[in-house]
Amino acid sequence: MTTITVTVNGIRYTSEVEPRLLLVHYLREHLNLTGTHIGCDTSQCGACVVHINGVSVKSCTTLAVQCDGAEITTIEGLSSDGQLHPLQEGFWEKHGLQCGFCTPGMIMAAADLLKRNPNPTEEEIRHGLEGNLCRCTGYENIVRAVRYAAEKMAAAQAAD
Amino acid sequence: MIPAPFDYYAPTSLAEALTLLQRHGDDAKILAGGHSLLPAMKLRLASPSVLIDINKVAELRGIKVNGTVEIGAMTTWSAIEHHADLAKACPAMADAVALIGDIQVRNRGTIGGSLAHADPAADMPAVILAVDAQIHVEGPNGPRAIAAADFFTDMLSTALEPGEIITSITFDSHGAGEGSAYAKFPHPASRYAIVGAAAYVKMENGQVTACRVAITGAGPKAERQSAVEQALIGTDGSADAVAAAAAHAGEGMDMLGDIHASDEYRRAMCKVYTKRALLKAIERAR
Repeated sequence: MTTITVTVNGIRYTSEVEPRLLLVHYLREHLNLTGTHIGCDTSQCGACVVHINGVSVKSCTTLAVQCDGAEITTIEGLSSDGQLHPLQEGFWEKHGLQCGFCTPGMIMAAADLLKRNPNPTEEEIRHGLEGNLCRCTGYENIVRAVRYAAEKMAAAQAAD
Repeated sequence: MIPAPFDYYAPTSLAEALTLLQRHGDDAKILAGGHSLLPAMKLRLASPSVLIDINKVAELRGIKVNGTVEIGAMTTWSAIEHHADLAKACPAMADAVALIGDIQVRNRGTIGGSLAHADPAADMPAVILAVDAQIHVEGPNGPRAIAAADFFTDMLSTALEPGEIITSITFDSHGAGEGSAYAKFPHPASRYAIVGAAAYVKMENGQVTACRVAITGAGPKAERQSAVEQALIGTDGSADAVAAAAAHAGEGMDMLGDIHASDEYRRAMCKVYTKRALLKAIERAR
């Protein structure tokens, strides 16, 4: 067993983990943060995307021990002060989900995309979300939801 | 899916990593970005009893671009993708890196890890061959450099010796009259190359004076296409000359075939994607 200290959604945790424990299992089973989903378990579907030190990664392909000292954000940590993140609001407003299974990963991946490219074209959104599979929507409304968030975030920044 | 148990080490220097590798020998695997190794471990295709995670070895990260490009082995695809000077120094690398996996894979995956793994459908081996890179390694007998042309020996096999770790990749920045490009037919789900072609050309006074082409994905390992290169050198690089040269792509290569693309289809696509890469490289060189 190895001792790790991680900050997840602003809370510090110190845990004893087996080196082979995957980050996604650590989040779901040790911290009970079940918003991060396990989809394909083969690094392709993106349902498990979280941020490690601000960068989006697939938590099914990362060991928990590799995150010692890291800051992790999951879907549960995205809203602040009871206010939905513009992406969460966008998925709601634009009907960016049907079953919702891919949504947490989709939103976490989109959040990383908007950080690097605050005003992406439809084409750039589709390329940026290549690592996230949705089997319900056909992606149209997901793209609209990300555009909604981009515009909302730009408007909020302009108002500041 | 859960990997078999292993002991985990996270050295902070190359020297420490080499010592650990020496001590644990064949039982140990180096963990770089982990996006080939961890999936293989989850599927129990690999069950090393020791993992040496070199993500904390800062000296193995970074990109330097002047007349020469030097990329640390642990540099992520994402860092390569967003390096503006590198894109100018080697457009083929910029083309290829943007097509690797997806953003999350590029955030973790590293150039050194990918080269050491030598997946036959990885993109970068073709680029490394086309720019005639040197792969710098360090091991129990000290540092040495391996030419890209000697590096990929067979499917998932390289010229790396046991106990050696890749430290960096170097190659010449493109100068005036030089251009390169990478064109890829990706597998629609995995994004691995069904066929990927990397091309480098040098144009002087309207003539192709140097050319290197390499193909990945089609065969068990990435390979230079000397028949294509010889056919193009000395021509004016026109569309007709490129088409004639690209018709030699895949010559002498063993082709892979699977449910996604037969060997015959891959052979045909070698020609198509070689042509596309060459045309783009020539356009950039002019």
